[in-house]
Amino acid sequence: MTGRRLQYAGLAVLVALPFVGVPEYYMHILVLILIWGFVYTAWAIMGRFGLVSLGHGAFLGIGAYTVALAWNLLGLTPWLGIPLGVGLAVLVAVVIGYPCFRFRVVGHYFALVTLALGEVVRLTIVALRDHTGGSLGLTPNRYGEGTSLYALQFADKEVFYVIALLLWLAGIWIWRRVDASMARFAMDALSEDEDAAASVGVHVTAQKLRITMLSAALTALGGGVYAQYLLYVNPGTVSGIGVSLQIVFAAIAGGMFTALGPTVGAMITIVLAETLRIAIGTEVIGLDTTIYGVMLILFIIFLPKGVLGGLIELYERRTAGGAGAMAGKREVGGGA
Amino acid sequence: MVFDIYLLEAIINGLLLGGVLALLALGLNLIFGVIDVVWISYAELVMAGMYGVYWLYAFFGVPLVLAALIAIFGVAVLGFLVHYLVISPILGKPPINQLLATGGLLFFLQSFATLLFGVEFRNIGLRLPVIELWDMYFSFARILAFAAALIGMVSLYVFLKRTFMGTAIRAVAQDREIMATMGVNTRQVYLITSAIGGGLAGLAAGLLVLQYDVHPAVGLSFGPITFMICVLGGLGNLLGGFVAAFIMSQFISIGGFYLDLEWGYVIAFVFFIVMMFLRPQGILGRRG
Repeated sequence: MTGRRLQYAGLAVLVALPFVGVPEYYMHILVLILIWGFVYTAWAIMGRFGLVSLGHGAFLGIGAYTVALAWNLLGLTPWLGIPLGVGLAVLVAVVIGYPCFRFRVVGHYFALVTLALGEVVRLTIVALRDHTGGSLGLTPNRYGEGTSLYALQFADKEVFYVIALLLWLAGIWIWRRVDASMARFAMDALSEDEDAAASVGVHVTAQKLRITMLSAALTALGGGVYAQYLLYVNPGTVSGIGVSLQIVFAAIAGGMFTALGPTVGAMITIVLAETLRIAIGTEVIGLDTTIYGVMLILFIIFLPKGVLGGLIELYERRTAGGAGAMAGKREVGGGA
Repeated sequence: MVFDIYLLEAIINGLLLGGVLALLALGLNLIFGVIDVVWISYAELVMAGMYGVYWLYAFFGVPLVLAALIAIFGVAVLGFLVHYLVISPILGKPPINQLLATGGLLFFLQSFATLLFGVEFRNIGLRLPVIELWDMYFSFARILAFAAALIGMVSLYVFLKRTFMGTAIRAVAQDREIMATMGVNTRQVYLITSAIGGGLAGLAAGLLVLQYDVHPAVGLSFGPITFMICVLGGLGNLLGGFVAAFIMSQFISIGGFYLDLEWGYVIAFVFFIVMMFLRPQGILGRRG
């Protein structure tokens, strides 16, 4: 129906963008939105089930630093470096996740354990400063002229746009696969009541672990691509409490219960920051994040479902005259 | 060498650091124990207090002790406002929402400080003497901080045990629903607890500003360790937090002595994660 037609039209526009000569600056913004949108979506895959991780910076940092270090120190191509980073992130997710879920570390406690994990990764990167460059960050070595498929380095922003678009589409596709799976019902059930879910045959620990591993893997993948795109990684921007909270809040601001919500969160935060930066200039720093902070508080108080979630709810309430209510929900859930 | 005098120095410095960390954990634990809310932005209140002391002392020439007292009062008001404006509208919502709302506050306070003061590191420019004792060196600021933190904790203990309001706070911490039916104004108790929590953050600010530079992100450097301490001691368990603060500060201090300061923190955090699996209820927690 219209939702589906809208989807194809949107996709066509996204695919056409690099061919119509969008200025480099806007291309850069678009790539950032797509990569961060992918990372926020990866967080929302587990966040929507009440597994609020405040430590996804750990996975992002592992993904970004593994690929950069493998390239600089071992000469390992990012085509192997990125899977290596993803593997490491999954390993860390299991090491932390299994005991957490086995011993019922939930809610506040889970949030704070993951927060510690994010800080462990950040401080480890800083402490290994002989190899990682410490808090000054790390620049992957340029390969030849700067464009190479082997090194996954491209001078043209358009190439990275295509990569980021594919990545993001894959993220949305996985989100919807999870949304339509049996695992989703199991996760919904156990996020309400673990004991009740276990009593009807949900393997609580295994189920949570699988969703956490998936989320960690995707986040590390996003981190690797981010490092390849910027060709610069910094422990403060890819790991630690700062970026971990940034991930959580952007996903919530956009709406973590819909497929496109986290991407909308990425759009809002990046566009807001860039617009304010241009409008005010770089002398007045901090205004964009000040407004962002106030917005977050207001969102959580008044619009806990996020911008997109809130809009959808409003739309449903308008259109839900009678029998359409449930159908509308399905339409939106599947087609947003 | 059988006995390492520098190791002893590191241990005693760790003890002194533990005092301030215990004070920080106390405020956070009090708020959690009574209101059942984790203020992720607690360390940012301390940052606000540090800026307050800095500006009063360095720019307006207010005596340091008076500046610290004003900061305590100011941050107490801030704590009151945090509960009044941010927490109370969503008190009945899932706990994670409250945690996230204070996370938004963290961004706000940090950015607002950047907006007002810039990202520069600022120092109050006061050089307190260093005390030498049998070849070991201790900064006077740390000893002062330790002593003041102990006084602050004892005063809170007396307040909780000896006054009517303190008793009401302890009662609410034990059972929120029942106390409301017994005529305790829980709303008032929450607001007063938040103000006390803020006041403790203000006291910590006055002590930390003597030792560390102020910058908008300063809260991130001791915020996470404060949460770890509270959880390690059992969230809401005041005594547990006190003990945990000294355990964690020893990890940081001795780890920093043998390796690097960052490794000290890494070891402390890894210890925390391991302890979460061995005793998720906290080292002194009783909950099974």
